[in-house]
Amino acid sequence: MVSAPVAAWDVAAATPDPELPMLTIGDLGILRAVDEMADQVVVTITPTYSGCPAMREISADVERRLRLAGWRAVEVRTALAPAWSSDWITVEGSRKLAEAGVAPPSPVRRAHGPVPLTLDPRPAATCPRCGSAETTETASFGATACRSLHRCAACDEPFEAVKPI
Amino acid sequence: MTENPYGWLADEHTDDHRWAFGTGFTDPLAGIDTTVPAGLDAGALATFCLALGDDALVYSHRLQEWMTRMPELEEETAIANIALDLLGQARMLLARAGAIVGKSEDELAFFRHEHEFRNVRLVEPSDHDFAELVGRLLVFATWRLALFERLAEHADPVLAAIGAKGVNELTYHRDYAAQWVVRLGDGTELSRQRMQTALVNLWPYLDELFRPHDVDLVTIQRGEVDVVLDTVFATAGLERPDVPARALVGGRAGRDGVHTEALGYLVAELQSVARAHPDATW
Repeated sequence: MVSAPVAAWDVAAATPDPELPMLTIGDLGILRAVDEMADQVVVTITPTYSGCPAMREISADVERRLRLAGWRAVEVRTALAPAWSSDWITVEGSRKLAEAGVAPPSPVRRAHGPVPLTLDPRPAATCPRCGSAETTETASFGATACRSLHRCAACDEPFEAVKPI
Repeated sequence: MTENPYGWLADEHTDDHRWAFGTGFTDPLAGIDTTVPAGLDAGALATFCLALGDDALVYSHRLQEWMTRMPELEEETAIANIALDLLGQARMLLARAGAIVGKSEDELAFFRHEHEFRNVRLVEPSDHDFAELVGRLLVFATWRLALFERLAEHADPVLAAIGAKGVNELTYHRDYAAQWVVRLGDGTELSRQRMQTALVNLWPYLDELFRPHDVDLVTIQRGEVDVVLDTVFATAGLERPDVPARALVGGRAGRDGVHTEALGYLVAELQSVARAHPDATW
């Protein structure tokens, strides 16, 4: 085996997310485990949403990167539980999102019992351009399952946010 | 190494890796242990997963039919995303059933006949208008969310994981639909009237959702769903319809494979490409 200069975790974690390419899968919190054995490595990832079409590309890219880094046998597995939450996006990930003009998600509050119905607009996202909290949500679904659309009243610019889930 | 994560896929045509979404779908449960835990009836688990999977598969197809026809771009992306979430749920549930009965998700989706589908009849008819779209979505998402909250506690860890994941998605679907029902119900006289008519059209299909059936491995009380719907209707100024349930056929309905005439056309379109090219991968 070619000696690997960096740990398998670091190689896998550096894989960019196809739909939010400013983030790595490490930033996004969908990389769940990397188990290194002899010259084999088993990577476990989790989908953000059930229908996320990027899972196949992510697993192919993770496998390719690990092979380039010297691992001959690479296996990528899926884990469904526990379900991904936007709370798993790292502090670094949130910073990169804001820098790219996408508002990071607000923390998710989970209570026990039935999920309450929300008839009012969700809490306003902070504008990633001017920092104003005077924003409105224009659509709770955006270009991908994980994003919503907003408009800032202060700078008049539209922006996207990663949905709290 | 290119920074565009799709770039290398376009250049590197091997058997394994082609352009995004190119050569066939991988098993959505790849690497997940699908052994049925001891003490559970595997056949019953497969049938239940198939029923819940068919609800999502058929309804996702109906929602996809709205694409390019929505009143605004924001609603188009919303319905596309909701349809995609449901398709994802369908894929996992069909794969979960398939792992037990020895079939792939594609075989189950594309090579079963109409009477082998186990979905409820609520998801079969086309929507007459946008009011009916959001009304049906409200009923479906509210019912399914209650079911999935219960699924999350199921003894099969795979089904429980699918349930827990779906709860997060269905919460968004229900809120989206509820907010539109309120906006139309509490809007103009015309929008209120059309929203009320839509509810009357949907209501005959509600009883079936709560009819006890051998297929069910979890049950919910109708009251759990009613309390949510009543909140929405009260806010919207709408009345809960009082119309008779759609008749069963010899005591049977969607869960027994007895469907409305609408399903045959839907299944024919859904399966046409796969049946024309049964060995193709895409």
